[in-house]
Amino acid sequence: MSLLEADRINSYYGDSHILFDVSLHVERNEVVALLGRNGAGKSTTLKTLMGVIRPRSGTITLDGEPIQDLPPHLIAARGIQLVPEDRRVFGSLNVEENLILAGLSAKGRWPIERIWEMFPRLQERRRSRGTDMSGGEQQMLAIARALVRDPKIILLDEPFEGLAPVIVRDLLGVCRRLADAGQTIIIVEQNISAVVSLAHRAYIINNGHIVEERTTEQLRTQPEVLHRYLGV
Amino acid sequence: MLNWPNLVSQFFNGLALGAVLALISSGLTIIYGTLGVLNLAHGAMFMLGGYAGYVVWAATGSFLLAVLGGSIFVGVVGLFIELVVIRRFYGRPPEDQILVTFGIGIVIVELVRLAFGSLSVTVPTPPILSGVMHLGFLFYPTYRIAVLVIAVLALGVLYIILYRTRLGLIVRAGIEDSGMVSILGINVYRVFLLVFGIGAMAAGFAGIIHAPVVAPTPDVGATILVETFVVVVIGGIGSFPGAVLGGLISGEILSLTSAIDPAYSEVMLFVVMTLVLMLRPEGLLGVRGRA
Repeated sequence: MSLLEADRINSYYGDSHILFDVSLHVERNEVVALLGRNGAGKSTTLKTLMGVIRPRSGTITLDGEPIQDLPPHLIAARGIQLVPEDRRVFGSLNVEENLILAGLSAKGRWPIERIWEMFPRLQERRRSRGTDMSGGEQQMLAIARALVRDPKIILLDEPFEGLAPVIVRDLLGVCRRLADAGQTIIIVEQNISAVVSLAHRAYIINNGHIVEERTTEQLRTQPEVLHRYLGV
Repeated sequence: MLNWPNLVSQFFNGLALGAVLALISSGLTIIYGTLGVLNLAHGAMFMLGGYAGYVVWAATGSFLLAVLGGSIFVGVVGLFIELVVIRRFYGRPPEDQILVTFGIGIVIVELVRLAFGSLSVTVPTPPILSGVMHLGFLFYPTYRIAVLVIAVLALGVLYIILYRTRLGLIVRAGIEDSGMVSILGINVYRVFLLVFGIGAMAAGFAGIIHAPVVAPTPDVGATILVETFVVVVIGGIGSFPGAVLGGLISGEILSLTSAIDPAYSEVMLFVVMTLVLMLRPEGLLGVRGRA
């Protein structure tokens, strides 16, 4: 049994049909990438898995139990944690308050020292408000906020977008450490080389349909697949 | 007559009125900030506090019990309204929310009118706080000073709830982005319920402590509601410190203008609000680009 399994889900924004019979599965300790052009439905897929968007049809199971009809807070309670595209750090709260808030309802919790050890920069800035932080620091906080809850699966939505290369390298290092430690991750990212170096397996989504499923090993040897759907 | 004692006395009146306005407005602004619902029944909650307090006072003769009973009653009414009505309107357009809360306000006002008539009821000043105090060159009613102190204490309690408790942490985050709060595993609807109850309770509490100053009528909430909106706009929507600052400013504008010509006090209030909207549209302590 897969840790997470989506079976033929269809999601809508209002009246527009975004995801068409999307099926995917994620195994324990696996890092899965979701690749596709802008507007292909990558973020919508993550939002649907998190319960932010309720699919009109299809099933999503976590550990074999259906979760597709649950609201986000109950899905979070079961161990899925979305790190959203625009980070959504609470600007009026400081770093520590952001982390405390995230941990409030968590069953298992990372001790704060473990967060500081992984993100020394956040410890230095623990009293800074979210609004006073750089994009890279906000992204660290967004990821740390998810980790505090010790989730079974982290959904990372474009974590490297708009960040300086040196920051991307640091964050990629963090992601690799998590993956090596067995953290299950679904990652959506435009930075293909970063993703291919991190993930074990990738889905390519095009116009709301899953069109390819490959191991990243195969993607390295068959770059024409990426070329066909992503133009890279 | 415009003279110094009169002006100073009006200044104190302004402080007391300002603190009461701040208390009512903080309820309105926190509800709007967290739930995203503009609660047009908030004035009715203030009015209801006065009447509920009156009933408790009439039954027990105790002002303290009137304050406790009145505010708890209004808090419970707030919880009930959120559970039965407001909850069904979170996903609806703002005009639906405005209409339904406006309707709730009318129902409450007319129910009170049905029970008590349109004339005012009198809640006397508690004996221990009645009489006047001698402030140097001026005699000033003790109860008005008490209202100021009590309202400031109540604002202090709200401050502690907001900035020193888990609930407050969730509320402050929720004011910014309630969707993200729910992604972090927190049941925002339970928080919305509590916030609505606490906001209603703050208005009800203000209603009962203000009752000995201005005897409540069923329609007292309408005026207060408009003034409260001005306070929230001046201070910045969704900002608790903004509600406090806006309340004090508005209280002083109303009182000091009354010392010169009462007919212009409301006009001056709107003049200042217009100036704020022109020069700093997000309000004095509001955050640019939200709400």
